[in-house]
Amino acid sequence: MSAAAPVLEVQGVTKAYGGVAVLRGVDLAVREHEAVALIGASGSGKSTLLRCIDLLEEIDDGDVLLDGEVITDPSVDPVEARRRLAMVFQAFNLFPHLTVLQNVLLAPSRAHGMQRDEATESARELLARFGLGERDGDYPDRLSGGQQQRVALVRALATRPRALLLDEITSALDPELVGEVLEVVRELKSEGMTMLIATHEMGFARDVADEICFLHEGRIIERGGPARVLSEPERPETQRFLRRLLSAGRV
Amino acid sequence: MVLSALAALILTSKGWPNVRDTFFDWQAFKDAFPDVLDGFWLDIKIFVLVEIAVLILGLIVALVRSSRAPAFFPFRMLAATYTDIFRGVPVILVVYLIGFGIPALELSGVPSDPVVLGGIALALSYAAYVAEVYRAGIDSIHPGQTSAALSLGLTPNQSRRYVVLPQAVRRVIPPLLNDFIALQKDVALVSILGPLEAFRVAQIEASSTFNYTPLLAAAVLYLAVTVPMARIVDRVTARDRLLRSAGAPV
Repeated sequence: MSAAAPVLEVQGVTKAYGGVAVLRGVDLAVREHEAVALIGASGSGKSTLLRCIDLLEEIDDGDVLLDGEVITDPSVDPVEARRRLAMVFQAFNLFPHLTVLQNVLLAPSRAHGMQRDEATESARELLARFGLGERDGDYPDRLSGGQQQRVALVRALATRPRALLLDEITSALDPELVGEVLEVVRELKSEGMTMLIATHEMGFARDVADEICFLHEGRIIERGGPARVLSEPERPETQRFLRRLLSAGRV
Repeated sequence: MVLSALAALILTSKGWPNVRDTFFDWQAFKDAFPDVLDGFWLDIKIFVLVEIAVLILGLIVALVRSSRAPAFFPFRMLAATYTDIFRGVPVILVVYLIGFGIPALELSGVPSDPVVLGGIALALSYAAYVAEVYRAGIDSIHPGQTSAALSLGLTPNQSRRYVVLPQAVRRVIPPLLNDFIALQKDVALVSILGPLEAFRVAQIEASSTFNYTPLLAAAVLYLAVTVPMARIVDRVTARDRLLRSAGAPV
């Protein structure tokens, strides 16, 4: 696995909003079939980092590479780069005016040049696989939060991305709905999907991630295998962060 | 109670018999109605054509104003200036300026038909309002919708067309219908330029018979259109509220 070239690479990325530095030089690599979990307190820059990688935010400095190509280069068409990635958001961001099936079909048929029939067939297949086969004609507001987030995952998968960016996809869910969404991600991991996952679910991160990166004030200050980082963190900031989660009953 | 008190006050006033004869003369109403109705068809035609122009022009202005691309800056300025001016000037003045000003230029190829000029004046005024309505709708769509659309690989234009606009338009249908009603009434302003629309016809009849009842006939015709439209607004607004309250997390 270590021989494989990284699918995603982040090199020295910085980002500030109106003079406030959010990312202060982040380096990161996600290899093929690998899942990297980003942990850190709210406001540590996890979401911003994912948005920068997906080119939803412009970075101030540094590079983002996808399959070795610098996609943050001004000569690269950001739309073309985004088509090779897919992001799932904390707030689902389903399109409320479209049915479940239309949500899933929009990008493949409009942006990825897939034939409508072929796209419909694979969309139905994906929905059925993740237990949403019966709901394809429903509008998102008829679905539970867990179902909505699973639709969002299917919608992202339908674009056949090189890598998935998951931005705290269970944080907006009621506790009893978290499991069904994480189950989908576990399944994707077992199929070898390359993923960068911002999460507050430490148990999940331990199970799924090959590497855990602890983001603190815009820098990754500790990284390593999940067992090591979560059980024997070296940095005092990591220890403090994990202790706080522990006392909140989140580990 | 208030209404009946008001009615009693009016019916017992000294001038009531006079008012009754000059405003509520049934015979004069019947005589004038067919001509006023004829004129009213012109109002309807102007209204429909102007409304279509307003919906298109307003949308274009709104899209320009809510665009983010730096290259669009001059167009954004232009659109902002346009809405500022045409929202700030009374509609009646715009009708005057365009209706009398443009023919006075004596340019060839420029329409001089007062109906067309009046229609253009109304369209320019109302498109400025409607552009702001659309823009409010576009701004009300959560930025997460655009993020999701872009992250799926849609172009910025596709995101607007398939994700933002359909939701924005649905959201502003009630205020748009309100502007329809206002426009429908303001079509009467075209009469300043001379065309024989309902108000103008009624005015002419009134001044030739010294009886104002024809104006009442025009009023009845306006109400016959605006009241049903108002009910449609109510129904759409209520349905909208129902749909949104049935919705899960926003």
